[in-house]
Amino acid sequence: MPKYTKPPSHLQEILKWNGWGYSDTRFLFNKKGQAEFTGKRYRLSGMIIPALQNWFEGTFGASVQHKSPAMPILTSSAVQPPTLNEAFVDELKSTGIPCSHDAEDRVFRGHGHCLHEVFALREGKVGRVPDIVVWPNCHNDVVKIVELACKHNVCLIPYGGGTSVSSALECPPEETRCIVSLDTSQMNRILWIDEKNLTAHVEAGIVGQELERLLNESGYCTGHEPDSMEFSSLGGWVATRASGMKKNIYGNIEDLVVHVKMVTPQGVIEKGCQCPRMSTGPDIHHFIMGSEGTLGVVTEVTMKIRPMPEYQKYGSVVFPNFEQGVACLREVAKQRCAPASIRLMDNEQFKFGHALKPQVSSIFTSFLDGLKKFYITKFKGFDPDRLCVATLLFEGDREKVLQHEKQVYDIAAKFGGLAAGEDNGQRGYMLTFVIAYLRDLGMDYYVIGESFETSVPWDRVLDICRNVKARIIQECKDKGVQFSPLSTCRVTQTYDAGACVYFYFAFNYRGLSDPVHVYEQVEHAAREEILANGGSLSHHHGVGKLRKEWMRETISDVGMGMLKSVKNYVDPKNIFGNRNLI
Amino acid sequence: IDPMLKKRDDFEDILEERRNSSDLKYALRCYTPVLYKGVTPCTSSMLKSMVLQSDQLHYVINQVSKETGKATDDIKEEASAILEEMAQCLQLSTVRFFAFTLSKAFKTLFRSICVNEDGIQRLQQAIQEHPVVLLPSHRSYMDFLLMSYILYTYDVALPVIAAGMDFMGMKFVGEMLRMSGAFFIRRSFGGDKLYWALFSEYVKTMLKNGFAPVEFFLEGTRSRTSKSLTPKLGLLNIVMDPFLKGEVFDVNVVPVSISYERVLEETLYARELLGIPKPKESTSGLFKARKILSEDYGSIHVYFGQPVSVRSLAQGKVNRCQFNLVPRHIPRRPSEDIASFVNDSAYRLVRAQEENMVLKPWVLVASLLLQYHHQNQAAGQKRGIALGELTAQAVWLRDLSRQYGAFLHWPDHIPPSEVVSSSLTLHRGLVRICEDKVQLAVEQGPHSSVAPEEELLSQAVILLSCASYRNQALHVFVRPALLALAIHTASSNQKQEVFNSFSFLRNMFSNEFILCPGATVQDFEEACYLLVKTGALQFTQQEVLVTERGHRTLAFLSTMLDPFLQGYQVVCRFLCEEATETLTEKQFIPAVRKFIKKLLLAGRLRYMEVLSSDLQKNSLAALLRLGAVRKMKG
Repeated sequence: MPKYTKPPSHLQEILKWNGWGYSDTRFLFNKKGQAEFTGKRYRLSGMIIPALQNWFEGTFGASVQHKSPAMPILTSSAVQPPTLNEAFVDELKSTGIPCSHDAEDRVFRGHGHCLHEVFALREGKVGRVPDIVVWPNCHNDVVKIVELACKHNVCLIPYGGGTSVSSALECPPEETRCIVSLDTSQMNRILWIDEKNLTAHVEAGIVGQELERLLNESGYCTGHEPDSMEFSSLGGWVATRASGMKKNIYGNIEDLVVHVKMVTPQGVIEKGCQCPRMSTGPDIHHFIMGSEGTLGVVTEVTMKIRPMPEYQKYGSVVFPNFEQGVACLREVAKQRCAPASIRLMDNEQFKFGHALKPQVSSIFTSFLDGLKKFYITKFKGFDPDRLCVATLLFEGDREKVLQHEKQVYDIAAKFGGLAAGEDNGQRGYMLTFVIAYLRDLGMDYYVIGESFETSVPWDRVLDICRNVKARIIQECKDKGVQFSPLSTCRVTQTYDAGACVYFYFAFNYRGLSDPVHVYEQVEHAAREEILANGGSLSHHHGVGKLRKEWMRETISDVGMGMLKSVKNYVDPKNIFGNRNLI
Repeated sequence: IDPMLKKRDDFEDILEERRNSSDLKYALRCYTPVLYKGVTPCTSSMLKSMVLQSDQLHYVINQVSKETGKATDDIKEEASAILEEMAQCLQLSTVRFFAFTLSKAFKTLFRSICVNEDGIQRLQQAIQEHPVVLLPSHRSYMDFLLMSYILYTYDVALPVIAAGMDFMGMKFVGEMLRMSGAFFIRRSFGGDKLYWALFSEYVKTMLKNGFAPVEFFLEGTRSRTSKSLTPKLGLLNIVMDPFLKGEVFDVNVVPVSISYERVLEETLYARELLGIPKPKESTSGLFKARKILSEDYGSIHVYFGQPVSVRSLAQGKVNRCQFNLVPRHIPRRPSEDIASFVNDSAYRLVRAQEENMVLKPWVLVASLLLQYHHQNQAAGQKRGIALGELTAQAVWLRDLSRQYGAFLHWPDHIPPSEVVSSSLTLHRGLVRICEDKVQLAVEQGPHSSVAPEEELLSQAVILLSCASYRNQALHVFVRPALLALAIHTASSNQKQEVFNSFSFLRNMFSNEFILCPGATVQDFEEACYLLVKTGALQFTQQEVLVTERGHRTLAFLSTMLDPFLQGYQVVCRFLCEEATETLTEKQFIPAVRKFIKKLLLAGRLRYMEVLSSDLQKNSLAALLRLGAVRKMKG
C-alpha cells in the first residue's frame, strides 16, 4: 500500500502556526518594558523601539502588565480526525503526488489571517479544517488531482500563500464531503523568460518575494508588490484580483497578466495565443481573475516583466491637514504624474508611524529630528494633532526620477505640503510589512484589530474617511467597548477616477466577554458605512465568505445570475466547494 | 411605556438674575460660545462666496442658462443678488443691543422665563459633536428672538434662523433681525430652480461647516390655534440631505418647546381666524403694540428636548446607497423612501415638541369652561359655574391629565382654589366672575345697539381665544378622545367595530391633529392603555366596556372633539348644499364662512368655533385627501 509522502520543503516550517509571518520575527516588550523587534529579516529587526510602549498604552489604555498570551502549541486532540474518501485517497497515493493528513498540515491550511481566525488559533480552537493536503508539482499533477476529485466527488480548496483576509480559506462547516487542500507551493518555477516580448511564464505557486528574487537575477522584475508579497502567491493574486503598491508604473494584476492556465472540472481553460489585447468577446481572463478558487486552480501564468529600475528614491511630504493632503493626491492623479507609489496617512497614523521610530544612535540625528519638528509645528504653524504625511516612492532613470520628484513636490507645495525627507518615506513603507506583526503584539496585550480596504470616487474620499472612522468609534461605544478605539485610515492608491482607502481599527477588549463577536459587529457596521458612502465592497482583498452578503447589491441580480451560470457550467458538482464569492 | 413615568428636567428662571443685576453689564459681557469641533468661525461674506462657488450652483446656473438662453454671468449676478437678499449677517453688537432691550421688555411683559438647564447642557454637547438644527415650536413672533436671547444668556452658539420674507416689509426691523442671525426666504418659489439651489445650498453650507446651529420652524408658520401644525418638509429635507449624502457623519436635531402662559397675539389670532383683516406687518404696527407692554403675560417655559440623531432616525429606513450613482451636486427629487422618511421624522419631531410643552392650570380651566358654556347654552341657562365646583372639576382633570403624561405645571403647594382663581385673574379678559359664578366673557342676550353679526363675531373672538388654550392640551387627550368618540359612534361594542370607527375618525382628523402617518394601531393601543389604566374602560375577549366611573371621562373626552366634528359636518353640508362647479379655492373660505354665520345666527349650530378658518381649511384638505372632493385645474 502506497504511503503518504510530503514534499521536500515547505515554508510552513519557518512560519508561525497561529500568527503572522516568520517564527523568528515578532514584537515584544522586554523586561524593561521597551518594545523590541526580534530576528534579522527586516530593517527594524533587532532594534529597540523606545516610543512604542507609550503610544501603545496611551492609545489603547492597555498596559504591558496585562498579558493575554497565546497557547504555545497546538494540541492535536483539538483537531477533528479527517473524513477521508478512501477510494480517492488510494488513487491519489498511486499517482505518487505527495499528500498528508497530519493535524498540523491540515490546520495550517484551514485558515487565512482574518482576526477571528487568528484569535481562535491563539486560543487553541480549531474548527472544520481540510481532511487531506496535497502538493502537486506541476500543471499535469493538478489535472490528475482535479480528475480524481470529480470522479470521487471530493471538495477541493486551492491554497497558495494563505494570506487571505476574507475567510476564503475557511472550510464551509456544512461541507460533508472529504475536503482536499490543494497546496500549490511546489509549483514555484519560472518556466521561461521571453526577453523579446518582456514576458515570463511562471508556475502559479511561486510567492512574490521569490518571483522578484529570481527575475532580479536576470535583471528583470514584475513590479507587482502587494503588501503580502513575502508570502502570497501568483495564483492567489490572479484568483483575488490583487493590487500592488507600485501599480502606477506596473499596473494591477489584471494589467500584468498576458496568459493564464486554469484547471477546472470541465478541463483546462486558456487562450490560444499570447497577444497583448484581443477583441474576441468578453475576456475569459475576467472569469478567472477574482474567481477566488470557485472555478478551478490557476497553474501557470504568463506575466509582463520589466527591466529592473535603475534608481529608487523614497520621499515624504507633510501637509497641514488631511483635507489638503487628499486635494494634493487628487491633483497628482489629475495630472497623471503619480510616482510608483503615493500614500497619504492621516494624523493618527502619522503618530503611529512616529511611535515606531527605532532608537537613534547619534545625538545629532535626534537633534535634527527636534529641529524638523520645531520647523514644522512652530515655524510653519502646523497643528501636530491635524497634520498628516504622504509617503512617496519614485522609480526609473535617475534623471527622470529627480525631475518627477520636483514635479510632485511642486504640486504638493500648492497644497501647503512641505518635503519631509526620505527617511520618513522609507519608514512609512516598512510599516506596511511589520504592521501584521504588530497585530500579534496587540493580541498579547488584550488589543485586537484589523485593516480593511475599499475604493471610492475622488469626490467621496474625505467623506468616507471621516464617516467610517466616526462609525467605528460610535459602534465601539455602542457595543460596550470600554476604551476608545484606534480608528485611522490612509489613501494608498490613486486612480483617474478615484482612490483606494485603507482603514485600520483596533481596540482594547478588556471587560468584553466575546471580543471577536464585538469586533465582527463593528467591522460589519464599518463595511455598511463604506457602501453607504459610495465605496466598493473591496478594492483588492476580495469577497471570500466574509463579504458575500453584499455581493448582490454590489453587482445586481443579473450580475449574480451571470456568475452563477458560469459556476454551474464549469463546476456543476461544486468540486471547488469553498463557497466564496457567490 | 407609561407616560406618567416620563422624566423631565427642572426649570430655572433666567429673568431672576436680570431683575437683580445690570442689564447693560449683561449685554456687554464676554460671550465665548463653544463651536462645532472647534471650527474657526467664518464671516458671512465668506459663506456667500462658498455658496456661489459650490458645484451645486455651477450646475444649476449652467442648466438655467441652457433653458433660458441667458448668459451665465447674468445668472450669476442674479444669484448673487438673491443671496444678498437672503443672507444673514450675524453681528454680536446687534445681539448685544437685543440682549439689552429684550431684557427690559421681557421683565415688564413676563413674570418669568423658565429654561431647562439640563437641556442647554445637552445642546452644548451636541453642538460640539455634530452640526445642530434647532426646531422650536412657533406660537409667537417672539419665538426666535427669545431663542437667541436664551442661547446668548447661556453662552451657547447663536443660531441662524430661517425667517419668512414678510418681515422684510418692515425695513428697519428686517435689517435688525438679519443682523441678529435671521435669513429670509420667499414664501413661495415653487418652480424657481435658481432660488431653490441658492437657498438649499446656503442652508447646507452653514450646517456642514458648523458655522452655527440652523434654526427653523417645522410648522412653517405661527400656529394661530395653539395646536401644532402639520409639519412642512422643505427645510427638513434640506438639513437632512448632508447626512443622507454622507457629507457629514450625523446631524443633531433638537426640538424645543416654547409654552406661553398668555400668548401676546391671543386676540389677534382669533380675529385673523374669523377673517377680520390682519394688518400687514409694519414697523409702525409693531410700535402700536406698545400698549401690550402694560399687560401681564405670565410666564414662558422653554424646554430644550433630547437631541435626536438623524443617523439613528434613518437607521434601517433609508438606503443611502441610492446617492452612489449620480454625482451628489446634481439636484434630484427625493426618492419615495426618503420622502416618507422625512415625513415620518417631521411628525416624530413635532410630537417631541408637543410632549414637552408646559401646560398651565388655565389650560384645563379653559377646557372645562368651554364645555360648560356650550352645555349651558344648549340648556338655555345663562349662569356660570360656581368657583368651588370649577375647582373640583379642575382637580379631577388635573389628575387625569397627569395620568395621561401631560407636562402640567400645577403648583401643588398652593390650595387648588387659589390656583384656579389666580389663573382666572391672569385671563380676566376672557372670563367673567360674578357672585362667585364663573363664565366666559361672552355678552349674551339681545343688545339693540349692536348688529347681530357683529355681536356674533365679538363672542367668537372670546370663544376662539379660549379654545386656543384648550388646544394646548389636545395632544395629551387626542388619542383617548378619538377612542371615546369611536366608542360613542361605533355600531356595537365589538372591539373590531370600535377599532374601525377609531381608524376612520383618526384618518379623517389627520389634517387637524398631529397623528403620525401609519401609526393607527399604535395610537389605538396607546388610547386603550390609557383608558384601561385609568379605569374608564375594560376589555373582554371581544368587547369594549365603559365602566361606571368611565362615563364621566369618556363624556369629557368626546365633548372635547365635538366642535371639530361639527366643523367637518358643516363643511360637508356646505359642499353638498351650496358648492357648485365654479367654486374656486379662494372663494371657499368666504363662502363657507357666510354659510356658517347664517346657521349660527339662526341658532342651528352649537359651536362658534366652526367659524375658524383653520378648521375649515383642514376639513377641506381632509376631504380632498379622502377623495370626497376633487380639485380641478383651470
